[in-house]
Amino acid sequence: MAQRIVIDPVTRIEGHAKITIQLDEDGNVADAWFHVTQLRGFEKLCEGRPFSEMPSLMARICGICPVSHLLASGKACDQLLAVRIPEPAIKLRRLLNLAQIVQSHALSFFHLSAPDLLLGMDSDPRKRNIFGLIETNPQIAKDGIRLRKIGQTIIELLAGKRIHPAWVVPGGVSEPLTVEKRDQILSMLPEAKEIALRTLQWFKRSLEDFRDEIRTFANFPSLFLGLVTPEGKWECYHGRVRVVDENGHIVADQLDPTEYQEYIGEATEPWTYLKFPYYKPMGYPDGMYRVGPLARLNIIDGFDTPLAEQEWVEFRELERGAILSSFYYHYARLIEILHAVEKMEELLNDPDILSKHVRAIAGLNNLEGIGVAEAPRGILIHHYKVNEDGLMEWANLIIATGHNNLAMSKGILQVAKHFINGKQLNEGMLNRVEAVIRAFDPCLSCSTHAVGRMPLHIQLIGPDGTLLDELRRD
Amino acid sequence: MRAPVKIKTLTIDGKEVSAREGETILQVARENGIDIPTLCYLEGLEPIGACRLCLVEVKGINRLVPACVTQVEEGMEVVTNSERLIKYRQMILELLFSERNHTCSVCVVNGHCELQRLAQRLGVTHIRFPYRYPNLPIDASHERFVIDHNRCVLCTRCVRVCDEIEGAHVWDVMGRGINSRIIADLNQPWGTSEVCTSCGKCVHVCPTGALSEKGKAVAEMEKRRQFLPYLTVMRGGRQ
Repeated sequence: MAQRIVIDPVTRIEGHAKITIQLDEDGNVADAWFHVTQLRGFEKLCEGRPFSEMPSLMARICGICPVSHLLASGKACDQLLAVRIPEPAIKLRRLLNLAQIVQSHALSFFHLSAPDLLLGMDSDPRKRNIFGLIETNPQIAKDGIRLRKIGQTIIELLAGKRIHPAWVVPGGVSEPLTVEKRDQILSMLPEAKEIALRTLQWFKRSLEDFRDEIRTFANFPSLFLGLVTPEGKWECYHGRVRVVDENGHIVADQLDPTEYQEYIGEATEPWTYLKFPYYKPMGYPDGMYRVGPLARLNIIDGFDTPLAEQEWVEFRELERGAILSSFYYHYARLIEILHAVEKMEELLNDPDILSKHVRAIAGLNNLEGIGVAEAPRGILIHHYKVNEDGLMEWANLIIATGHNNLAMSKGILQVAKHFINGKQLNEGMLNRVEAVIRAFDPCLSCSTHAVGRMPLHIQLIGPDGTLLDELRRD
Repeated sequence: MRAPVKIKTLTIDGKEVSAREGETILQVARENGIDIPTLCYLEGLEPIGACRLCLVEVKGINRLVPACVTQVEEGMEVVTNSERLIKYRQMILELLFSERNHTCSVCVVNGHCELQRLAQRLGVTHIRFPYRYPNLPIDASHERFVIDHNRCVLCTRCVRVCDEIEGAHVWDVMGRGINSRIIADLNQPWGTSEVCTSCGKCVHVCPTGALSEKGKAVAEMEKRRQFLPYLTVMRGGRQ
C-alpha cells in the first residue's frame, strides 16, 4: 500500500518547511519533496519606498545574515548612484562580510548541526540540541558559542550593532573605523583562529564515523556556482561568477554577476513557495547547481591565505574532481571560518582600513542596479528598478537557499531512499532527512522573503488519504 | 513708554511660580523646569494646540486645557502629570502610531525622532489599537527633499514654518479628520511647486521622518532646529 510521510516542520533550520516522502506499494521511498511553507513578500513591500532605505529595509529579511542583504543591497544602490565607492569602504564592507561568515557558519555548525554530529543522528531528540551538547561536549559547545560571539562582536564594533546595523549605505559606509576598534578586533582574532583550527582537526578525525551519511547526503553530480577573484581565488564581496561541473572542470568563468539573467533562470513549482534557479545553458532541471561553502571550495583555484590554502588542498584530495557529498558542507564551512579569520587579520593590518574616505556622495544616476555578494550560504543577488524620483518600482532577490533548492530536494530523496522504509518508522531516520537539509544550512526566512520554535510533526498517510500513524514532537 | 508688565502668581504641580501676563502655562512651566510633553508646539512658531499632548488639569475648570495656548491667570492651580493625564498622553501617541505606518526600525530619523522619543519617555511599549496600515504615497519629486505621508502626524509645523517664517506657504492641509493630508501648493507634486524656495525649514522642523533630505539612509537624518528662535529674534518679534 502506498504511503506518504510528512515531516512538518523541519527543525533546527532557519525558517519554516516541511518534507513529504511518498512510499510505494512495497513501502520503499518513491519520491520526496521539500516544501517551503512561508512567504515573506519583501520584493512586494519595498515598492514605492526610496532606494536609500533599501539596505536597512532588506537587512530585515534575516536576523542571521542581515549583513549579506546589507551588502548586496548596498552594492545594488551603488549602481543606482553610478559611483565607484572608495577603496577603504570596499575593505570595510569586506571585513563586515567576513565577520558575518564566521558568526553564521559557527551558528550552523555548532548550534544547529553539531548535536547530530556529536550526539549521534539516532540519539534522544530531547537532548539532541545545543544544551545537550553543553552537557556532553562542553569544550566544543563553548568554542562554538565563543566563535559566534567573536563574529557578532566584530560586526557590532564595525557597524554599531550586531543585528540589522545601518552602517552600509549607498555609496559606501557611514562611519570610518577607529584605531581603538581596529585594535579591539585584532585582539580577538588569535582566539578565533585557534578555535577554527582545533575544530577542523577534530572534525577531520571524526569523518570516519559518518561514512553512510557522506555517501548519501545529497551526494550526486551537479554544477557548482559562486564568485571568484580575477585570479580564481576565493572571494566573498566583489568578484565574478564561475561555474564548475562535477569533474571540477570550469564550465564558465569570469561571468559578469550583473548579467545573471543571461545564465540563471528561475522555475516555479506549485508545491513550494521557493523558486528553483537553474543554469540556463543546461535547462531545467538539468542545470541544477549548488552554492555556498562546498560550492565555493569546489570552484576556486585556492585561497590567498596560508592556513586556509593548506586545509583546502587537503580537502580537495577527498575526491577526484569536485567534492560531491553535501555532508562536506560542514567541512567547507570550517575552512571558510579559518580563511575569514586570516583575511580579517590581513585587512586590519592594512593602514588604509582607517581611512576617513569611506563614502561616495551622489544622487540618483541609474534607474536599475544589481548587487551581488557571497552570503554565508552562497551567492546572493539583489536587483532593483527605481523611478526617476528614486522610488522603488521593482525588486528581484535571488537568495542562496533558493539556488540550492533543486539540490536539496534531490538530496532528500537520496537520503530517504537509503534510510527509510515504510514498514517501520523511527525518529532517527527522519532526523537524517532533516540533517541533509541542515547540511545546506538553508535560510528559508531569507529565501522566501519567520523565525520560531519548530516542533516536528510526522504523518503517515495512506494512498486514500487516511492518517495511518502520527508522531509529534512539540 | 511701555506699559508696566503685570505679574501673575500661580501654582504648577504644587510649586508656586510667578509669570508675566500673557504667558502660556507651557512657557511658565518650562521656565520653572517643569517639562510638559509637546509635539505640534515648537518655539518660534504660532502655537495651535492641535496634538493635545500638553493637556493639563486646572482646578475649577471642568475640562482639560492645552498648556501651549492657555494663558496663565492669577491664582491658577495647574497639575501637569496626574495619572489621568499620563494615560491620555499615552493613548494619543498610540493612536498616532496606529493611524499611519511609522515602522521606526527602517525610518530615516530612527533614533532622532520626537515621536519615538515621546513614546519612550511616556512608556508606550504596545499599541492597543489595531494598526490601520493606510496605503499612503511618498512624494520624492523635489530635487532635494522627500515627503513620506506614512510618517506624518499632521502637526502642521511644516505648514506654519513655511507660512510664518519663510513666507512661501507651500504647505497646507487637505481633507478632514483621519483623511487629512499635507499637500504642496494646490495638491501637486512638491517638485512642481513654483513657490517652494527649497529652504529646507519644513524638513528640519518636522518632528518625525515625514520630511527628510533625499538620499539619507536609515537613521541618518538628524533635524537641526536651533535656527528657529534666532530667526524669530532677527525678525524683531514681527508677527
